[in-house]
Amino acid sequence: MDQPKYKHLDAILGGLLLVGMILALYMAFIGAPRERTMGDLQRIFYFHVPSGMMGLAAFAVNFFASLMYLIKKDRKWDSLALSATEVGLMFLTIVLVTGPIWAKPAWFVWWTWSPRLTSSLVLWILYLAYMLVRNYVPDPDRRAVMSAVFGIVAFVDAPIVFFSIRWWRDNHPSAMIETGDLDPLMRPAFYTCIAVFLILLVYLMRRRYFLESARLEAERLERLVDLAR
Amino acid sequence: MIEAQGLAKYFGRFSALRNLAIRVPQGQFIALFGRNGAGKTTFLKILAGLSRPSAGSVKICADKPDSQAARAMIGYLSHNTALYLDLTAFENLRFYAGLLDISTSDADLEEKIASVGLAGRGREPVRNYSRGMQQRLAIARAFLHDPGILLLDEPFTGLDQTGTEFLKNYLSASHARGKTCLMAIHDEALGYELADRLVVIDKGNVALDLPRQSVGLEDFQKRYRALTEER
Amino acid sequence: MPGKVWVVFRKDLLIELRTKDSLNAMLFFGIVVLVVFNFALESVRDTIREAVPGVLWIAFVFSGTLGLNRMFAAEKENSCLQGLLMVPMDRGIIYLGKMLAATVFMLIAEVVIFVFSLVFFNLTVWAEIPYLVLVFVIGTLGFTTVGTLLSAIAANTRMREVLLPLILFPVVLPILVNAVEATRIILNTANYGALKLPLTILSTFTIIFGTLSYLLFDFVLED
Repeated sequence: MDQPKYKHLDAILGGLLLVGMILALYMAFIGAPRERTMGDLQRIFYFHVPSGMMGLAAFAVNFFASLMYLIKKDRKWDSLALSATEVGLMFLTIVLVTGPIWAKPAWFVWWTWSPRLTSSLVLWILYLAYMLVRNYVPDPDRRAVMSAVFGIVAFVDAPIVFFSIRWWRDNHPSAMIETGDLDPLMRPAFYTCIAVFLILLVYLMRRRYFLESARLEAERLERLVDLAR
Repeated sequence: MIEAQGLAKYFGRFSALRNLAIRVPQGQFIALFGRNGAGKTTFLKILAGLSRPSAGSVKICADKPDSQAARAMIGYLSHNTALYLDLTAFENLRFYAGLLDISTSDADLEEKIASVGLAGRGREPVRNYSRGMQQRLAIARAFLHDPGILLLDEPFTGLDQTGTEFLKNYLSASHARGKTCLMAIHDEALGYELADRLVVIDKGNVALDLPRQSVGLEDFQKRYRALTEER
Repeated sequence: MPGKVWVVFRKDLLIELRTKDSLNAMLFFGIVVLVVFNFALESVRDTIREAVPGVLWIAFVFSGTLGLNRMFAAEKENSCLQGLLMVPMDRGIIYLGKMLAATVFMLIAEVVIFVFSLVFFNLTVWAEIPYLVLVFVIGTLGFTTVGTLLSAIAANTRMREVLLPLILFPVVLPILVNAVEATRIILNTANYGALKLPLTILSTFTIIFGTLSYLLFDFVLED
């Protein structure tokens, strides 16, 4: 097995990405109107929010893959969970970096303990913990089980974290307000960015998954070599 | 009856068991030989239901080793005693008896403790016991529910003369009562003496499988050495 | 089944009462945390009552984590866990027994730590006690339901004790947030009606993770 399934799909996705990213950049910076209060700074929103959505989507994939691994015990589900988590962590890092960049000029603070940003931070830490668990289990099959269990725990925990923080925020309000409704004129740029980021998510996951599959195959071949000894 | 087919167990790139197949009829006593790392411990753990095979199947009287039915039939003793050092022999046995749904009365437990030669020392923390005494208590613990199948992983390790004698007699008696035994052992003479059947595991496979009656001890030792020394 | 859970629970209790290894460490550490916070919060001495809920629960969580770390230590010694796994019973029983034992130890530590905090921070509480008991119990239960599972995971990794806080703290954040808020509501306001929401979230957390951990525990134990 030396090519991913549907190898042409990657080429297509890659091409779409190239076009899509240029389009997204254009729409975000030029196509979309200037926001009234924050000005051009607000354009970060077009990358900040879709990144957050894709991060969540990736972790949902981890949850599903973790469940499937525990049921089927097929390592390819573990590879999928790992790929999804790494890509998800990347997207969440983008959220956590663009957040302060946006917050400082807009609200004069680097960090707001707003529910969404805080939950993103906790989610990021949770999945970093997932990677930590993976790092410290040497046997591949045990590693898959431990991380699958933790992945499920983390995903079930995430909404509870969000609600807890939101409720806490209600009790300790601050002056910060996050953007609410979206001006209809901004919608095309927003949806374009979502679509492009979705393609990016799928593309990166596929590439990462392919790498893991190659590792699995290498492990299998090494086993054959060991057997011949 | 124990039946294993195409048993394989990998740890990443390393294969502990490759394609092991064996049938053990009821009441048979098998001595399992093999070099370190040959796969004996892995095999016994899979039979005990403590480890899941990567491929192949194992049946303990048509049940999976991990099922509750199988566990009720199996007693497993490794070189770790599975005893709580801070509890007394009494408390250790009472704990397991409670989980196994067997009598936890003082009298019955006292009897069990006496049956492994530890009478009168049942109320001390296990920490104070010698290795031989701990092993004897471990025997009482592992076979508390009088299972039909005994799995032992190098049980004679670290035992002194008295301990060895005791275990030998215990295993012979169990064999006479019709128990099925699989015992991994290094001492060829001892294994030969106790077993009906001699099995050598090498490189994750059954390399030699002889009824004890068919071969003399020296002959067996020669063949065993030849097998494990070839390169 | 409940009988066997009790057997496992009793065994853990018995070992602990005899050695007092965990309890001593938990109590000591919890009190040390209180003292450290006393110095850390020196500059806000007048409003220290505001900080007490947070300080308390940090002491509880740190102390509880110590207890959880020890939970599987005795089982790993001599491979006692193997003996347990050979018993023909639902393995969730091991989970429940250990989880309940951890809860009891943590509650004992919490009571002592709380009493010390009353002294250190010059607090008086009488009417608040039933409510505090409720919050402590539910919060602790929530902590141990998921903590027992994660402790089993950490015990199977290379880093053992070091890994547990790293994977546990993010997961029990909802416990921390809600328990601290609830404690604050009790100690610093009289608005007991507001307790409904945090207690609901804490209970929901406990039920969800209790069930989930019970179901997932078997996977972590097998080799």
